[in-house]
Amino acid sequence: MSMVSSKEVLAAPTLVRPAAGSVLALLFYLFALVAPLATHEPVPTAASVGLLIAGLCAFGCTLVTGPLCAGLGSGGWVVASLALLPASIASAGLGLGAGALWLALIGAAIQGWTAMGAISRLKLEGRTLTGRLLRLAIPAMFGLGLLVAWQVLVIGFAVPQILLPSPGQIFAALVSHASILLADFQQTVLKSVIAGYIMGCGAGFVLALLADRFDFLRRGLLPLGNLVSAIPIVGIAPIMVMWFGFGWQSKAAVVVIMTVFPMLVSSLAGFAAVDRMHADLMTSYGARGSQSFLKLVLPGAMPHIFNALKLNSTLALIGAIVAEFFGTPIVGMGFRISTEVARMNVDVVWATIVVAALTGSAFYGLLAIAERLITFWHPSHRGGH
Amino acid sequence: MTSEALMAPPAAPGLFRRLAAGRVFPVLAIVAAIIVIWLAGAIWLNAPQIEDAYQRAGQPLDFATLVHEGWNAKRPVLPSPQQVVTDLWNSLTLSPTSKRSLVYHATITGSAALSGFALGSLLGIVLAIAIVHVRRLDLSLMPWVITSQTIPILAIAPMIVVVLGNLGLTGLIPKAIISMYLCFFPVTIGLVKGLRSPDPLQMDLMRTYSASSRQVLTKLRWPAALPYLFAGLKVAIAISLVGAIVGELPTGAQAGLGSRLLAGSYFGQTVQIWSALFVASFLGTALVALVGLAEWMVRRSMGGRLT
Amino acid sequence: MSLVYQGADQPVTALQDINLTIERGAFVSFIGPSGCGKTTLMRAVADLEHPTSGSLLVNGVTPEAARLDRAYGYVFQAPALYPWRRIEANVRLPLEVMGFDKAEHAERAKRYLKLVGLEGFERKFPWQLSGGMQQRASIARALCFEPELLLMDEPFGALDEITRDRLNEELLRLWRTTRKTVIFVTHSIAEAAFLSSKIVVMSARPGRIVKIIDNDAPPERTLDWRESPQFLDVAHQLREALNEGHAHDI
Repeated sequence: MSMVSSKEVLAAPTLVRPAAGSVLALLFYLFALVAPLATHEPVPTAASVGLLIAGLCAFGCTLVTGPLCAGLGSGGWVVASLALLPASIASAGLGLGAGALWLALIGAAIQGWTAMGAISRLKLEGRTLTGRLLRLAIPAMFGLGLLVAWQVLVIGFAVPQILLPSPGQIFAALVSHASILLADFQQTVLKSVIAGYIMGCGAGFVLALLADRFDFLRRGLLPLGNLVSAIPIVGIAPIMVMWFGFGWQSKAAVVVIMTVFPMLVSSLAGFAAVDRMHADLMTSYGARGSQSFLKLVLPGAMPHIFNALKLNSTLALIGAIVAEFFGTPIVGMGFRISTEVARMNVDVVWATIVVAALTGSAFYGLLAIAERLITFWHPSHRGGH
Repeated sequence: MTSEALMAPPAAPGLFRRLAAGRVFPVLAIVAAIIVIWLAGAIWLNAPQIEDAYQRAGQPLDFATLVHEGWNAKRPVLPSPQQVVTDLWNSLTLSPTSKRSLVYHATITGSAALSGFALGSLLGIVLAIAIVHVRRLDLSLMPWVITSQTIPILAIAPMIVVVLGNLGLTGLIPKAIISMYLCFFPVTIGLVKGLRSPDPLQMDLMRTYSASSRQVLTKLRWPAALPYLFAGLKVAIAISLVGAIVGELPTGAQAGLGSRLLAGSYFGQTVQIWSALFVASFLGTALVALVGLAEWMVRRSMGGRLT
Repeated sequence: MSLVYQGADQPVTALQDINLTIERGAFVSFIGPSGCGKTTLMRAVADLEHPTSGSLLVNGVTPEAARLDRAYGYVFQAPALYPWRRIEANVRLPLEVMGFDKAEHAERAKRYLKLVGLEGFERKFPWQLSGGMQQRASIARALCFEPELLLMDEPFGALDEITRDRLNEELLRLWRTTRKTVIFVTHSIAEAAFLSSKIVVMSARPGRIVKIIDNDAPPERTLDWRESPQFLDVAHQLREALNEGHAHDI
């Protein structure tokens, strides 16, 4: 009963809100179209037509509800966004044209927000393909919206590139510096991060095995391991550079030190998380320690171990990049960021950050997939909940 | 005397066992082991340069001299613990306003970290409350907040410092901004989880009272979320210190622990790096302990179990 | 035998002066209030706890020797199935640990899953089954290596009464067909009276045996037998003994 009533409460404003948002968006579009006429400013025809279509969609959205409204709203938002791009180039640096640009941008933002609301009120439950796509559509719209706003604001208001390049400029830098960025990627990720990550996680796991075997070691190491999470370990980078030189080895060493403790602490937590009855069962079978470990303790500890693996994937990237700030051969993502920032080539810096972000997400994503495959039984992964 | 001496051996294993079963002794033992390894490492790593120097000077080198020189090298590969402690002591006993005092540098880095932490946490809390209450934000923004945890956003730090420097903002503000954006992600994620942690029965109870969502927030969601919030805050304050330190690197800032690390690295001042690192560790531990203390006080006032 | 363990502040006497012999092939139930040490006694038999005084022999050897000899199968209050293993793999677990011939694994798992009525569920994961089915799987797991002794610690305590009745009947059938010795811990009078050939009534703090009741129930009984005068008589005796044990307590 409570479920029903809560649904009703949520459903009540459905009829009102999209309409109000759409009307507001329509008004902003109309003002944006009219304002340049008053000052006789040139507006690209494509932009005007686009805004008109978006306005029509907004109008249509006030008449219908449900999926149709969601479709019209997001369609109109896409058209408006496309129209804003040429408009921003045309109005770059102009006074009043910028006003129209603002109006159109706000209109598009309201329309997008309204459309997201309409989508969110559709049935997103269930594991159907449409349900999944719709659930992906909202964050995708949000991300794209931010990108469009960024592009329009930077170009339309002629923000100096040194301050903030537009997404277009960043993309151009990505393409034009592809080979440099690839070399940086190879140096930082394929050499430092991977080597350090494997050694660090491996060492943390082995330490955990030892600490699990010798209780004295566990009670000595665990408080220290927890303490380490409060310490800015990246600070060890200059020492590692001094010891292991400018090459990838020093960065890998930093990554090892950063990743070893989270793995130690999580693995130990995982080993300790064994269910009492599950363990008694093994005892009652007269199982050897190794059998008990392989068939019970290790599989049971996997969720904890994956937590550390995922956390470490980010830490490893941070460690390697920050360590490169302290000295490196003339290649590497951290080196690129620090030198290009000094040269005011902010677009290349952003391009490097894009590469780092994609690398981090991909690294994490792969681990998440592996986690799903291995710890499918864990309550957090069961049956698509 | 004799009887005591005879009694001692059986007592010893019992005493040791009791110590080993305690909480402090194992930690002390591990720390002692680390110091011993460190002392040995200082001799081993510094030995080549000392041997080299003695060979060039044509002087014989015995072991005692090697130990002495290894622990007191001018430009050690690995400074001995006593060198670091001496350096720490020297810099701590200086006037806190002196540029060579680590207290001075720690204050600068710490204040940046703390102000960034305060701003970031506030932002994180506001965002989390909004996400829990506005379904559209939950669906649109939350996936990006989670994704942001997978990318090394710390890498933007140098750019923020330089870009804000161009706008005329230097000193504390750029570092605080870096700390702020690093902070708010863990706070938001932790708090969203916490605000959603009340079980359905507790939520249903509120519904039977026809409580407004504001009442549900203040009377149920917020208290239930506090443990999660503090867990997020602990992560946040640790990472805000890292942010402040990294924020001191790109401009070669004159003050702050990060600049001490960088300067030590440029001029090969190993002892300086180590003491800066130790002060940073103390600072980090103290900051996290501060959050822990706040958590303890809040828990006590809420009648929670004190663990 | 007695069993004392170190409590938080003082030693707790969990069991005191327990003296009992269980015949081969018997179905013995232990019944008593919570905290009377019936589970502790069972865990001592299973070598999961160690008596502080006295002796305890399982099949004529120490519990540890019996455990290493894989003489008993243990069924806990909860199914305690490993969530990362399918039902069939859960039943095979003891076979793997005990080093049974690989060729035998599949056949045994199949046979015992059939015995507990879980054919067709071999490929499911534990969490995809109801509580009753999970507990059946755990019984199959305890039986598949053919131990001489089956230790069951309130195996149906967490189930609803309807499921529990059905499983009681099935357990009785299993006992008849396999002729295992069963030690069964429960706090349900009906369960004890229905299932057992011998019922041990215990009292709490410290755990002592109050009374031992022999139950000459017909071997081929169904749930209907619970309406017979004989059942009611056994149940009555049990209740009396439990009250008596409680009186000791005061």
